[in-house]
Amino acid sequence: MNTLWIILTGALVAASCGFLGCFLILRRMAMLGDAISHAVLPGIVLAFLVSGSRDTLPMLIGAMVAGLLTVFLIQSLHQSGVKTDAAIGVTFTALFSIGVVLVSLYTQQVDLDLDCVLYGEIAYVPWDTWQWGTMDMGPRAVWLIGGVFLLSLLTVGLFYKEIKLCSFDPAMAAAVGIPVLFFHYLLMGLVSLATVASFESVGAILVVAMLVVPAATAYLLTDRLPVMLFLSMGAGILSAGGGYLLATWLDSSIAGAMTAVAGLLFLLSFVFSPRYGLVAKALARRRFRYE
Amino acid sequence: MNVWMSLQDPNTQWVLFGCMLLGLSGGVLGSFAFLRGRSLMGDALAHAALPGVCLVYLLTGSKSVGLFLIGAAIAGLVATTCITAITRHTRIKEDTALAITLSVFFGIGIVLLTFIQHSPTGNQSGLDKFLFGQAASLVSGDVTQMIIVSIVLLSITTLLFKEFTLLTFDPGYGRGLGFPMGLLDSLLMLMLLTAVVIGLQAVGVVLMAAMLIAPAVTARYWTDRLSSMVILAGLFGALSGMLGTLFSTQVENLPTGPMIVLAATCFFLFSLLFSPRRGLLFRLLRFLRLRKTILEEDVLCALYEWFELSPAHFLKGCSPESLMEKSGKPLRTLRRALLALQRKGMVDYRKSGGEQPGWIFTAAGLQHAHQLILNQRLWDLYWMNEQQYQALSIDPNKGDFVGQLVPEQLAPILRDLDSYGLTPKLSAIPHPVITRIDQKRKGVSV
Repeated sequence: MNTLWIILTGALVAASCGFLGCFLILRRMAMLGDAISHAVLPGIVLAFLVSGSRDTLPMLIGAMVAGLLTVFLIQSLHQSGVKTDAAIGVTFTALFSIGVVLVSLYTQQVDLDLDCVLYGEIAYVPWDTWQWGTMDMGPRAVWLIGGVFLLSLLTVGLFYKEIKLCSFDPAMAAAVGIPVLFFHYLLMGLVSLATVASFESVGAILVVAMLVVPAATAYLLTDRLPVMLFLSMGAGILSAGGGYLLATWLDSSIAGAMTAVAGLLFLLSFVFSPRYGLVAKALARRRFRYE
Repeated sequence: MNVWMSLQDPNTQWVLFGCMLLGLSGGVLGSFAFLRGRSLMGDALAHAALPGVCLVYLLTGSKSVGLFLIGAAIAGLVATTCITAITRHTRIKEDTALAITLSVFFGIGIVLLTFIQHSPTGNQSGLDKFLFGQAASLVSGDVTQMIIVSIVLLSITTLLFKEFTLLTFDPGYGRGLGFPMGLLDSLLMLMLLTAVVIGLQAVGVVLMAAMLIAPAVTARYWTDRLSSMVILAGLFGALSGMLGTLFSTQVENLPTGPMIVLAATCFFLFSLLFSPRRGLLFRLLRFLRLRKTILEEDVLCALYEWFELSPAHFLKGCSPESLMEKSGKPLRTLRRALLALQRKGMVDYRKSGGEQPGWIFTAAGLQHAHQLILNQRLWDLYWMNEQQYQALSIDPNKGDFVGQLVPEQLAPILRDLDSYGLTPKLSAIPHPVITRIDQKRKGVSV
């Protein structure tokens, strides 16, 4: 049963992140996941200092606020003429530093282990259950991440047309009257939500990986956005399952193993993708030469 | 404990010196990375070092810093190769390639780390300290290492500065000249990697990325020349290193690495706001001034054209209401512009006996408006018959039309303008009445 819960959590994280990651890749903001997962630290510490407890809700709110602040800062820096990559780099490192300074200054009051906050352990998921009345509803993380997954599915489903247009041709989208900036923030809000909801239970590294790697795998396999979305979710779920097996075999970190398997899947599609893979390209070149 | 006291401590001196060197080389190399759009490369390389460090420990079982550096460097090299391969052979963009490499390498590193932890002989303590950095624990040996590496990096940069400039701005041209651009690119990456690996033990993974980005972005605000940008970036980096270290010695429990990054961020924010050419404040001021100038010119032109239509009112003046109708601007904006123009001596408010008072031109104002209108109409004519005037080789990005031509070239165009009936109708030579009013006004004001 515990195995099932762990794999389910991993698969839910993989699905919701992979799904949103497709849009990040298309907008060339792949490093945003990495940035958010680091920049939420001051939010978490402040939430902890204010509420004085280690409940999920205040921390989640603090992290969410910090995540949105990151997105906002990056966007405003970009608009005032800083290149996107530099804007991302400056913002998240500064926020992360503030977080580390806060932790060090209030180290007496803060019973926070950095490793614990940023590198949560998916293996503990089944024991942190949600009691509703007297009923045991199963692990809290599953409910949390499942909820985020449904929310993002719903939002993207409702505004699919608009989000698609904003991702591929923002100028055209603005010209036909779609509020591009609103959809940008909506999508980035979903990304921060997914990041924040996931990393507490599964660790930041898995979130960052799941945001880009399955989406990139899917990007190499298809040219159509709907297909890419489903492929990316599939690749994510496959890496969650495979990663669990690898981790039990090696007796190592489950999140790390899931990331490694996702990397392996990407490597496979990098080499064998029917249209964009190395093999296919080499074959096409050879055929071309014979003609 | 005051600053001077803590400076007496030899240990602090080593840390201070080490951090300054780190900032210096980070700033210099970061400038090239920033200009090539690879600011986050440092972040990726720093994360990718983890599996290298773990593998070295698994293979040798020792925890020597030198071996760790070699392991980190090899892992970084593999990561660089992966990033280049992904961007070269697929349609995946560089940022995604960076993110993939970063997360997968770090994931593998975590797997190895926990594998070491769970293996019977393993003891991973110290491995993660290496990655998260502890500047305060730098000793003279580490700093000597840093000095040597920094000197090597800086001298290579100085020697190959011309080539790196070429690589940064126009690699295609460099290849045409016969420079080995691929090799230079790899060399630059290798130098970046060396700086990252050296910095890891001082400030850690995340903050090393900042040392490469923040000083370079800051320097970009103050100059347009690569040579001065590189020097400035090195200076900002070294200053941040110094300030961060000094701050952290003053307060207990304040970590050095994050303080250095925060110092660098403060420099960045200051430049973002107050840099004279690109800073937000001065850009806003320039924008406001430009808007004011354009408004005033618009009002002058509108006044001129109104008088053109009703020359009988030339000496009586134009009421703000009719000007509003002509220019389509709100009355308040119009009044503000007219008052500003009056202060400049371009227009005047005339109360002629019994009649409604109105705005008239002064001699200078009429001349200026005539120039503006002529220029505007000549541009209209130019854009209408662009083919016809191609031989004149006019630069359409310049505002001034008349000034770009000699009188012989201008004469036929003025004839064309006349044939359209667009010649400005009010002479630029001041009307005697206006001259008299001007003189009277000056006499009164003096």
